[in-house]
Amino acid sequence: MEITLAHYLVLSGVLFAIGLIGVMRRKNLLMLFFATEILLNATNIGFAAIAHFHNDLTGQMFAFFIIAIAASEVAVGLGLLIVWYKRTGKIDLDIMTSMRG
Amino acid sequence: MFEAIAFYLFAALTIGMFTITVMTSQALYALTAMAAGMIFISAFFFMLGADFLGVVQIIVYTGAVMALYAFGMMFFDTTRTLVEKRNNPRIIFILGVMAAALIVFILVSPIISTHLEARYPIEAAFGNSQAIGMILFTKFLVPFELSAVMLLVAMIAGIVLAGKKMDKSLTLMAEEEIALMSATQAPKDTEEGAH
Repeated sequence: MEITLAHYLVLSGVLFAIGLIGVMRRKNLLMLFFATEILLNATNIGFAAIAHFHNDLTGQMFAFFIIAIAASEVAVGLGLLIVWYKRTGKIDLDIMTSMRG
Repeated sequence: MFEAIAFYLFAALTIGMFTITVMTSQALYALTAMAAGMIFISAFFFMLGADFLGVVQIIVYTGAVMALYAFGMMFFDTTRTLVEKRNNPRIIFILGVMAAALIVFILVSPIISTHLEARYPIEAAFGNSQAIGMILFTKFLVPFELSAVMLLVAMIAGIVLAGKKMDKSLTLMAEEEIALMSATQAPKDTEEGAH
């Protein structure tokens, strides 16, 4: 029994689905950030798998840049979240309606 | 054979951990389950021959990102059970699975339809870390420098937003308070400059 590219891509898709469900389901903003990390990791698995099975390093390079983007996203996002928490005392998504959208 | 066993074992563990992260109502469980899931994902990178990527995954995610989230959890006091209002749970599942299937189809269709050629093929003579260094510092030098600048910007933004002196922070103050502060600060600054 051999593990092929399709196995890894299916796994990547399943993890991406879990992350998407989390993004749409969560109302707490910190939990929403967790779900976005799952999305980024799911794409990383897909990139690494394609890099391996096509014998090409470009996929791994993209995975590195995705990790860098995830790290900076966490830093800026948590900073903004702290400012919001000090203003309102809550990090609930439903009370973020100041733009009346 | 062993690769298949390892793949299915780690796939089940990763899916289980991330399901806990998404579904649980305890923030602490979500954090620890996600840290475990990140470690299990690095196992896939090792299986795929991307050793350096696996090590970076462990260091960056379970070292840096998890520490930041733990700090955030302590700050926000989310150790209580989360109370979240949900309107329509079933449509979320349907939409999530449909969107993921669509994305997989979009990404897979060019691979299946055409024969792809490797632009930067993996040389068997070097190890993974060496090959990555050679490609990263030649072909991907400009994106590498740009991501370094991006990380610097993110670091400065994090310090400014979450800095210790939040009582003097410009992000929290109204416009009148900022004008008042700069008006009272300005004579003092010139005085200090004279000395």
